[in-house]
Amino acid sequence: MIDNLFILPFTLGMITLFVILFIKYGLWISRLSKIDKLRIVQSLFSRRTLAAISESFMEGLIHRKMFRRHGLLGYMHMSLAFGWFLLIVFGHIEVFVQTGSFSTYPWIPIFFNYFNHDSFPGERIMANVMDFLLLFVLSGVLLAYFKRINSKVFGIKKTTKLKPGDRFAMASLWCIFPLRLFAESATAALYGNGGFLTNTVALCFQWVTPEVETGLWWAYSISLGIFFVCMPFSRYMHILTEILFIFLRHYGIKLKKQFNSYSRIQVYSCSRCGVCIDVCQMHIANISNNQSVYILKNMRDHDLTARKLYNCMLCGRCESACPVGINLNDLRISQRIKASKEYNSDYAFLQTLPCEPVVEDKKPEVIYFAGCMTHMTPGIKKSVVQVLEKAGVNYQFMDKEKGACCGRPLMLAGQYQAAQKLIEFNREKIIESGATTLLVSCPICYKVFRDDYELGQITIKHHSEYFLELVEQGKISLKKSDKSIVYHDPCELGRGCGVYIPPRTLLSKTGTVLSTEQEKVTSLCCSGSLGDLSLSMADRNIIKAETLKVLLKQNPDVLATACPLCKKTFVKGVDIQVKDIAEIIVDAME
Amino acid sequence: MIDVLIIGGGIAGLETACSLQDLGYETVIVEKEKTIGGHLNDWDTLFPTHRPASEVLEHYTEETRKRALTIYLNTYVISVKKQADGLFEVQTSRDVVFHCKSVVLASGYQLFNAERKEEYGYKIYDNVLTSADLEKRLKNLQGEFTTPTGVSPKRIAFIHCVGSRDEKSGNHYCSKLCCVTAVKQAIHMKQICPQADVFCCYMDLRMYGPGFEEMYREAQEKYHVQFIRGRLSEVAENANGSLQLKVEDTLAARPSRLQVDMLVLMVGMETAKSTELFAQSCGLECASNRFVKTKDHHIGSNQTNVDGIFTAGASIGPLSVFDTVNHAKSAAFAVNDYLKAMK
Amino acid sequence: MRNFGFSTTKSRTIDYEKIDNRLIRYVLENEPTFNACLSCGSCTAICSAGNLTSFNIRRLSLQIRLGELEHAHEELDKCMLCGKCLLECPRGINTRNVIMLMKKGLYLIESESKEKNDR
Repeated sequence: MIDNLFILPFTLGMITLFVILFIKYGLWISRLSKIDKLRIVQSLFSRRTLAAISESFMEGLIHRKMFRRHGLLGYMHMSLAFGWFLLIVFGHIEVFVQTGSFSTYPWIPIFFNYFNHDSFPGERIMANVMDFLLLFVLSGVLLAYFKRINSKVFGIKKTTKLKPGDRFAMASLWCIFPLRLFAESATAALYGNGGFLTNTVALCFQWVTPEVETGLWWAYSISLGIFFVCMPFSRYMHILTEILFIFLRHYGIKLKKQFNSYSRIQVYSCSRCGVCIDVCQMHIANISNNQSVYILKNMRDHDLTARKLYNCMLCGRCESACPVGINLNDLRISQRIKASKEYNSDYAFLQTLPCEPVVEDKKPEVIYFAGCMTHMTPGIKKSVVQVLEKAGVNYQFMDKEKGACCGRPLMLAGQYQAAQKLIEFNREKIIESGATTLLVSCPICYKVFRDDYELGQITIKHHSEYFLELVEQGKISLKKSDKSIVYHDPCELGRGCGVYIPPRTLLSKTGTVLSTEQEKVTSLCCSGSLGDLSLSMADRNIIKAETLKVLLKQNPDVLATACPLCKKTFVKGVDIQVKDIAEIIVDAME
Repeated sequence: MIDVLIIGGGIAGLETACSLQDLGYETVIVEKEKTIGGHLNDWDTLFPTHRPASEVLEHYTEETRKRALTIYLNTYVISVKKQADGLFEVQTSRDVVFHCKSVVLASGYQLFNAERKEEYGYKIYDNVLTSADLEKRLKNLQGEFTTPTGVSPKRIAFIHCVGSRDEKSGNHYCSKLCCVTAVKQAIHMKQICPQADVFCCYMDLRMYGPGFEEMYREAQEKYHVQFIRGRLSEVAENANGSLQLKVEDTLAARPSRLQVDMLVLMVGMETAKSTELFAQSCGLECASNRFVKTKDHHIGSNQTNVDGIFTAGASIGPLSVFDTVNHAKSAAFAVNDYLKAMK
Repeated sequence: MRNFGFSTTKSRTIDYEKIDNRLIRYVLENEPTFNACLSCGSCTAICSAGNLTSFNIRRLSLQIRLGELEHAHEELDKCMLCGKCLLECPRGINTRNVIMLMKKGLYLIESESKEKNDR
């Protein structure tokens, strides 16, 4: 057994990996909140586990989302992950075929060719299958080499910068499979037990001695061992964290705005694939240090600067493009919460505000909250009121004269406790009104009402959704014109709340809605976002100009949006009409 | 071969044409509208003398008639090409191609579209007017002055700097004439509605020209126009059509709430869209305020970066009638120097 | 005693050489656009918080420029960060960042002086 010593690097590496993983997983899970732990226990033996397994398979091994983004990029990831997985599986099958049992030392399937030179039934087939799988993985490794040289071929304009530790891990990963090929080929040269690939390569290995052969197996084992030890301390930890993340997500655990153990799991699930860099609009203004992948890296390394943290529009394009499904917006907000928690306001003045008495017998059906931004666009405000009057809706205008902010801008800036005070204040007023529907004309307000208000039975409607209902109920009727309309999806309404279809359906009743290159989930940000605290006007204008280029490519008659902030941002940059959906409805009302 | 083609038949174009004709050059004016006189047609009276704008217009009509100037109305320029021999080929909308030795750009300015400043409620609330709307209203005034909703105004506010000195409107520069226009219009309103309170909300008052400061003082002393140092931020409409303004009185350091029957927005001057297109088509350099850039700010304000193309009037930036006429005269001399050197 | 906004003992003259510029320096270093303020007051007039309280962002920034920090904390706590001023500012100042920096700067100054007192 003396020449079996080369299994040690592999075995020790694997043991180290499992111990570290056990500790890390244990710590992460133990630090989850009680409710989240309960969720895990309850869902452990349910269909959720099956769904999680299936997603782990599809995303962790097949890399379905990567494929959707770019075929070659997807193939590269799949061949490495799925190929390696199959190598392990078929390695075990090979052992089973030979010995008729699965119970063996864990290194036997890994170094099978070294240990077994005897022929057994099915040996030829197994050897060829294993060779085929090795070739499959090697093709991925080759592509990975090539990606480092030229990432553009893979549809990625910019690729992530690597730390020395990552480079070390990557180098060991890149060595594993070529070394396996050489080791197996050397064995095949000596004993003729290879498949189509290893036997062919063996032709060049006719000169090898058993010492050289053992040396190659040593090298293979060492590269495996190094990779396993490096894994928890490098970017490759994401592979193992992502699986845990997928399971927890399927168990219904949601990311909280306050940073917690689940946030940490998400941070470590980042594979640094660079997709978020690619979709970020900040590049247009030459800002290239604040994309999500860098922020998550800074979070892991605890060196996030305020400048980078606050310079992000929180448009959510990276979040929706992230192949891992990390909640990038809320993760960033969690850091803002952490950074500014020492100076939150308590808005004591809200307690002393005179409250208007509620008239019991005049309970409104709808309570309309215009919000700060809508007050800056009287055209939208007036139109919403006009539609409500025309449809004969029994409504109350909550903030006609005076009103507190909805709290979303505070939330975006990380002023969590302060936002809670405003939320409590408004929440009480909304519930007190007795209305069954809360109508909002600003997606920024809409987002916070939906996510953070807990309004119970009250349904929250954006005006585009509500007006569509009014049309469908026949309370207002619209006349279709021959105008062509391009609709811009506001970030908070589209990616933020998933409302893409109602505005389009509504607009299509007033004119022809043209589609654009980047719309719905990939729609561009107008650049007016309140998510960014430090972006300069000049940079905002540069970003806006690019967005307008995409929107106006087909020369529409009207640029429609459903957000007062988008409208105000666009209106100074174009000659054509920029209108909110409410104004278009008023124009089309019969 | 024409000596000079003048683009624009406002006072800048007319003055340049008259002066060049007197110097013995053959000129042609191309005007996109159906009449000559440009924006002067829209004004009621001129600052600082309150003289009717029609008087100045009549002067130029008479001068034009006397010299029998060639003017193409309803015609706009499509392209200007400088040829290898230094001459210009000008394509117009009338299928007429002009060949000329030099071009004078006297295409003036356009007014800021106040709809872009939505929070001020122009075209949303009935009683919000622009300064240009008020001039038209005054020009066509018969009988008592009323607001668009038919009320005789008790309180009127003038808002300075609408679409100028404002990054959010895309115009960072000072339009410089709106201050004095507001003072002129405020006095005018006091004259025809003596019972009304008139307010001017300003950021800084720029009374730069001769007679302007005197007019400002007259507005204070004689007409009791109230000047509030603060910029309007938001307008809301009351049920009766009156308007609620939110302005901080920055000198008192307190927000004020002002209720008025009529709101006048002093819209600033922007480079004309046609000037911008023209500049693009023949490679004229524009300044950061999008007006045509002069070759030398101090001693070459009529020349441009293209030899043979000159400017006259407000195509180089906001100018008063006074400034425009002077600039147009100097344009004639600049063209004269150029054409003489050509021979 | 009633607070008339000034006291008889302290001179009301602004001594530009003795201004406490710690906070304003911190804000300007991190948000240079704040240099461009021309005190037009549109931020104050449009302010949602100003609609509910005596909050006056323009006066507050003037006071901070002059190093008068006595009421700054209490005043800053009224801002709801809604961003109307950001949209209205004719000079394109990142007003929301200015407020956040004032809050943070003040916190840093306060905790620094607290540390000194503790020692």
